[in-house]
Amino acid sequence: MLFLVAAGLQLVFGVQKILNLACGSFYALGAYAGVSAVTWALGHGLPAPLFVLPLLAGGLALAALGPPLERLLSRIYDRDESFQLLLTFALVLMLEDVIRFVWGSAPVQLRGAYLAYGQVTLAGSTIPVYNLVVMAAGALIALGMGLLLTRTRFGRIVRATAENREMAAALGVDMRRVYRRVFTLGVVLGTVGGALVIPATAAVNEMAIEVIVEAFAVVVIGGLGSMRGAAVGALIVGVLKAGAIATWPEVEMLAIYVVVIGVLVLRPAGLFAGATT
Amino acid sequence: MIARAAGIAAVIALLSAPLVATPYQLTLLLPAFAYGIALLGLNLLFGTTGLLSFGHALFVALGAYTAAWLTTRAGVLSLEVIVLAAAGVAAVVAVPVGLLCVRYVKIYFGMLTLAFGMLFYSFLYKFYALTGGDEGIRVLRPTVLGLPFAGLDKVEFLTGPFYYYVLALLAVAALVMRRIVRSPFGLSLRAIRENADKAAFVGVRVRRYRFYAFVIAAVFGGVGGALLAVPTGLADPLLAYWTHSGNLVFMLLLGGFHHFLGPIVGAIVFIFLQDTVMSLTSYWRFVFGGLLAVVVIFFPGGLLGLLPSERTA
Repeated sequence: MLFLVAAGLQLVFGVQKILNLACGSFYALGAYAGVSAVTWALGHGLPAPLFVLPLLAGGLALAALGPPLERLLSRIYDRDESFQLLLTFALVLMLEDVIRFVWGSAPVQLRGAYLAYGQVTLAGSTIPVYNLVVMAAGALIALGMGLLLTRTRFGRIVRATAENREMAAALGVDMRRVYRRVFTLGVVLGTVGGALVIPATAAVNEMAIEVIVEAFAVVVIGGLGSMRGAAVGALIVGVLKAGAIATWPEVEMLAIYVVVIGVLVLRPAGLFAGATT
Repeated sequence: MIARAAGIAAVIALLSAPLVATPYQLTLLLPAFAYGIALLGLNLLFGTTGLLSFGHALFVALGAYTAAWLTTRAGVLSLEVIVLAAAGVAAVVAVPVGLLCVRYVKIYFGMLTLAFGMLFYSFLYKFYALTGGDEGIRVLRPTVLGLPFAGLDKVEFLTGPFYYYVLALLAVAALVMRRIVRSPFGLSLRAIRENADKAAFVGVRVRRYRFYAFVIAAVFGGVGGALLAVPTGLADPLLAYWTHSGNLVFMLLLGGFHHFLGPIVGAIVFIFLQDTVMSLTSYWRFVFGGLLAVVVIFFPGGLLGLLPSERTA
């Protein structure tokens, strides 16, 4: 699900040239909201197998956060990008305490939902069906994003803006609206990613600042602003993590940072540079 | 003139603080001084050269771990040796890291420094035997100028000899940094910040100067980190975490990065504000996040940017 967070980060960076440190916070918010939504729905007699619906609804509802936060950021679009980075850092701090305030500082877990779909045995190992569902959902969202960006009018406008914002504005594109929508889309990708992953783990306060670093790694490896890069980067980071845990657990995160630094040094634009959005 | 008078008044106030302030306030001033030194370095990068580092905590942590390792494992208790060693270690690490980082500017520079900081964090966190893992390493009480001050208890030691020692080091650091910023080298750095192409055109070796600035900043960070670790008595991996780097930048921005004394003001205000807000509410991050947003949006010059006589650092 790292792909979704990274995709959100990519989208916002590609179009608005803002590196959003707060995307990890959206991920965490999505996770917490997902837990709340599912717990509430199950409490109201929703049959267990349908728990994915409130989960997604929880993630999607957080889209409401997009426009107001974008308004806040829009105050410094014309300023140096260092300041934009710092403002998103301010968001990280605030959202972390919002989560602490609403859901408390103890880990929140979704009991029972994870295995509601049972398990299957594939190639000798047992996999909860939910994992497959998440994978399928991730692939679907990736496909949907691809279609949205390449086939629709909105996608064309977004890509044009990413390419050259002055030119797009001169041709009559309402930048404010594009920015607002893109940012909101970025938020939703993060929150839905967080919501989807939560049945498999627990929501903790620190997840926001931890996932951002991983999303960062994904984005850097894949190349800033490239959607295909985000997918490949997420795969690389996922495989690296799993491989390192299996062989030499001490170097798990270390290996990722080494790859990140390697990529930054050798190909600063990332492995998939050029393929904008 | 007013600025100079205010500066002298501030120095006198800090010198006489042990006579009037409570020990608690003094122990808050100690990390503020230590951060002040580290931030002087960070400001050379951000304020003077225009490079935003999100990995300055790396060097602060290096300094802290140097102090911890020397006192606990190597039995070296002389604070002078510790400070010099911290500066040395920071410089040695800064050379390869800096060579790689200064090839990039803006966002890429920030990301690369962040990645290096996190690399060090995971190293500290995972290699238990060498670094103590998540528990960190204790920092033993050092001797000052060869004197152990065995007769003083911990608070008396920290608020007495150690206080003046750190204050003196801060003053030395500030004077050194002032020389650096006002030298032709400092002028070149500012030229790089304003327009790197033009600077290169008039003969400034842009990348090499950025590299020098990076190493100098790292040395200040290392010294600050070592001094920070002594009153805490502990070096732990969170010192290298990226949010700590973010806080460092926050302090700098709060004080005002255009102003030479901005880093020191920022560190002191940040520490005392944090202490106050934390005692009032457990949601201090929210307050600080809001404060940072307000500073970034409305007062990018920081506290000292509000002063009428704006002098560029």
